[in-house]
Amino acid sequence: MSLIQMHNLRKDFTVRVKAGRFRREKRIVPAVNGVNLTFERGEMAGYIGPNGAGKSTTLKMLTGVLTPSSGDVRVCGLQPVPQRTKLALQIGVVFGQRSQLWWDLPLRDSFSLLRHIYRVPADAHAGRLKRCRELLDLDDFMDTPVRQLSLGQRMRGELTAALLHGPSVLFLDEPTIGLDVVSKQAVRSFLAELGQGGDLTLVLTTHDLADIERLCRRLVVIDHGSVVHDGTIEALHARYGSHRRLVVDLDVPLPEGFAVPGAELLSVEADRHRATFELVTTQVGAVVSELTALRDLSVVEPDIEDVVAKLYRA
Amino acid sequence: MDGLDARVRWISAGGWVRNSVTTFGALSWSGFRRYSTYRQATIAGAFTNTVFGFLRCYVLLAVVAGAGGSAPGGYRPDQLATFVWVGQGLLTVVALWGWTELSDRIRSGDITADLLRPVHPVIGFLAPDLGRAGHAMLFRFLPPLAVGALFFDLYVPGRPCTIPLFALSILFATVGSLAIRYLVNATAYWLHDARGPMTLWTLSSGVLAGLSFPLRFLPDWLAITLWIATPFPGLLQTPLDVLIERDPPPRQLALVALQAVWATSLLVLAVLVQRRAERRLVAHCG
Ligand SMILES: Nc1ncnc2c1ncn2[C@@H]1O[C@H](COP(=O)(O)OP(=O)(O)OP(=O)(O)O)[C@@H](O)[C@H]1O
Ligand SMILES: [Mg+2]
Repeated sequence: MSLIQMHNLRKDFTVRVKAGRFRREKRIVPAVNGVNLTFERGEMAGYIGPNGAGKSTTLKMLTGVLTPSSGDVRVCGLQPVPQRTKLALQIGVVFGQRSQLWWDLPLRDSFSLLRHIYRVPADAHAGRLKRCRELLDLDDFMDTPVRQLSLGQRMRGELTAALLHGPSVLFLDEPTIGLDVVSKQAVRSFLAELGQGGDLTLVLTTHDLADIERLCRRLVVIDHGSVVHDGTIEALHARYGSHRRLVVDLDVPLPEGFAVPGAELLSVEADRHRATFELVTTQVGAVVSELTALRDLSVVEPDIEDVVAKLYRA
Repeated sequence: MDGLDARVRWISAGGWVRNSVTTFGALSWSGFRRYSTYRQATIAGAFTNTVFGFLRCYVLLAVVAGAGGSAPGGYRPDQLATFVWVGQGLLTVVALWGWTELSDRIRSGDITADLLRPVHPVIGFLAPDLGRAGHAMLFRFLPPLAVGALFFDLYVPGRPCTIPLFALSILFATVGSLAIRYLVNATAYWLHDARGPMTLWTLSSGVLAGLSFPLRFLPDWLAITLWIATPFPGLLQTPLDVLIERDPPPRQLALVALQAVWATSLLVLAVLVQRRAERRLVAHCG
């Protein structure tokens, strides 16, 4: 049985909007609009979509803090809302814009409090905490009250807090939001290392597609509450026909009318001394063998941002 | 990544009670710790309570003197002075006013973090609140009382059962107060802003709990109605009456039992309200 199952999952929010001076009208916002997804044990999946697509709403329903309007959800075999406290023992959650730590307490105290809340045996707790401290460099600020931590430091604390009870599923809602390059990399490589065991299931939302490229084999794209893509990153590239590009620098200008079947000339620059081809159905070699006086070349992989932007606009 | 991905290990069924107690204790201790990080606020608060203690004490004693020898509400002057000074301390222990943590968290959406824990939210707020009350006993209750004892003639209880009853009474008063504060704050689930109910609570609780004047000053029928039909006297007046031995032992005991009934009912009500709120919960977060 799949670890996470969603069947026709819906969430409609009712918002009241002003209509005229005194009248207020009810309007239904379908935040999640019939989502069917399953995630298997050990899967690392990216869950992306434009702002307001319904990502956070889905995660809230999966973690039991928001009641679905209709449809079925199962996580670890449990119904998230009715069995929320039971489920809490099996999942770890980080909502990037929220803190689960205690504002007034040092990280160290928050962690030991979590041990009692989740009733984790002392040795297991100590082992996990030690790993997190090493991988996330927590030692410098273990005794700082959480309110004095920088965003990046706090986020590392949040990740640790979400893992100390050894959850089998980790839900992360924008864990890298607002982090600098170094902190982002620290978080990513930490998660990558966690994923190596093959036992942890991860559902990650983010607006930084580099997170996904680094961590997730599977990519689910949601827009206006509906899933618009579910598959690998390569499948997404294939679907949108994005291809590698070849950029060549030449010692002599590119002849007028130069053409290679299967490669599309996109642009010429620098007095025709530089040309860019899109490799639609052919390979680098086919183009290069036709060129005379080749000085230098580079191959550019298709950019996931471009593909995703196409998808969002569609 | 050994350790980290090990599944939650289930604790033995027999250890359930022990574990619950440990969890409750750890949460309470965290409440104590959190309040002990704000030393200056504690000192300033204790100072303010002391100043108001002098004011209230002089006013009440003047009222007694004006009554011309009769004992209003059945209190002797030393009992009244004790009523004021112990009341000044207890005010912070039961935390009648100024607690908006829950409604703030509902409004900001931080309540999601509380809901994601394997602890019922009412317990998650009750346990730390008892820790907070413990902290207040040490640093907000004792200092004003010590000052009051220096300047006024205070009543010393004579019955052996009074002190344990007083301790129990404080416990029930704190639990009852937390439950009411929880209910008042929980209106934020529906109103998005608990300021209205909070103001109403602040205005009424001072009078109805016996802070503004001892409720025994009221006509008997009114006092008895308040006691039985509302939880307010149990928040402040009851522990004070128990300590100054206003009533004979059986009635002392009955008053504390009444507090226990009210505290329990209010907690149950808080659990029900929380459940209702969760069903329609719209968590505000990105
Ligand atoms: N509490 C709420 N009340 C009313 N509407 C809401 C509420 N929360 C979310 N919505 C609406 O539901 C939709 C989905 O919101 P959601 O927070 O799930 O988006 P998201 O995919 O997480 O976006 P972002 O990338 O900006 O975080 C949005 O249109 C939002 O306006
Ligand atoms: Mg979001």
